[in-house]
Amino acid sequence: MEQELKPELQKRMVKGPDGVEFEVEPLRDYYCEALPTVQHGAYFKIVEDFFNWARAQSLWILGFGTGCGAIEMRPLMTPRFDAYRYGIQWRPTPRQANLLVISGYLSVKTLKRAIRAYEQMQSPKYVVGLGSCTINGGMYWDSYNTIKRLDDYMPVDLYIVGCMPRPEALLAGFEDLKKLIRAGKAEGANQYAEKFDWYKSNQKRVIHDWDMPDYNW
Amino acid sequence: MRDLHTRLQHLFPLGELTEQRPNLGFVTVPAAYLRPTLLHLRDLEGYTHLVLLTAVDWLEEDLFQLTYLLSNRAAGRDIGLRVKFPRQAASMESIHDLWPTAATYQRELREMFGIDFPGSPRLHEEFILEGWNDIPPYRRDFDTLKYARANFSDRPGRETRDPEQHMKQQLYPDGA
Ligand code: SF4
Repeated sequence: MEQELKPELQKRMVKGPDGVEFEVEPLRDYYCEALPTVQHGAYFKIVEDFFNWARAQSLWILGFGTGCGAIEMRPLMTPRFDAYRYGIQWRPTPRQANLLVISGYLSVKTLKRAIRAYEQMQSPKYVVGLGSCTINGGMYWDSYNTIKRLDDYMPVDLYIVGCMPRPEALLAGFEDLKKLIRAGKAEGANQYAEKFDWYKSNQKRVIHDWDMPDYNW
Repeated sequence: MRDLHTRLQHLFPLGELTEQRPNLGFVTVPAAYLRPTLLHLRDLEGYTHLVLLTAVDWLEEDLFQLTYLLSNRAAGRDIGLRVKFPRQAASMESIHDLWPTAATYQRELREMFGIDFPGSPRLHEEFILEGWNDIPPYRRDFDTLKYARANFSDRPGRETRDPEQHMKQQLYPDGA
């Protein structure tokens, strides 16, 4: 379904501060058109294992909260539960983060932002789904505007069950994620690149006003 | 509330007063008298605050109902005006010139119920939904479950239990 583009995304003439007019086509000029590629480990296993160990010790969560579960992030990142002692920190922008925590139900509108955020993160990157809503829809299973299975739209490395999961559950979940990373099993970014068309078609099936490039790099 | 209702009844053809609390009442107004009643309440009776504007879908009666809740802060009293009008080609007079905030409510009602408010600013811009392509989702003839089934895939293995039966089983397993 073709949508008319929002005015700020349309091709147009722009006058620069020096008075020179030039053409801008936001979707092509502001984004790189290259699609994601699968990145295999380039070194001997022992070196890759070392890399994975290092990655597991360096989890940077994107401060992006959706749904009710985002509430549990505050005690988690403050002295009460203090996730920082496990080497887990929060960052304000996708460029500086490698762990996207989807903290509950995702409305279709938020899904669009979540996909953009995920694609802007640098590999290797991980996704954790929090709560029943990300697993099978939870109590929003019959809602007209929330998705039911997060892994239809982005590769999920780990789910943490609960409605909502307590900070302790998150801490345990992060420890499990570290194990997955060390074992080289947290390959979400590669999975995304491999099945890119499948993910895109799922995403476009629910996001009816698709007005962004296919890959928001 | 009674005194206010009696005073208003002399001026407008109002319905019966439903007193929810001593300081909260609801009354039905014919659509044609909505604006004069609102103006009267705002300018002469001190009901200066539009608390909310919301809709009810009376599907069986083929009517929409709008509720305009007004508050008199000084007297600590609230009154709700109810207006009913046909669901077909649903349209209601806009009151954004009386309370600018009403424009936001009207935008939401246009999107979620499909009620038109001719002249209301930015009425047809998207409010909460993006790229919605079905009938307005708060209408009662919109089937959310069917929509969810058609659009979002299920994860196999999800079980649903009847809460009453399940709790009975849990609490009284021997059927006592
Ligand atoms: S799983 Fe429960 S707590 Fe989490 S977003 Fe869904 S309803 Fe809210």
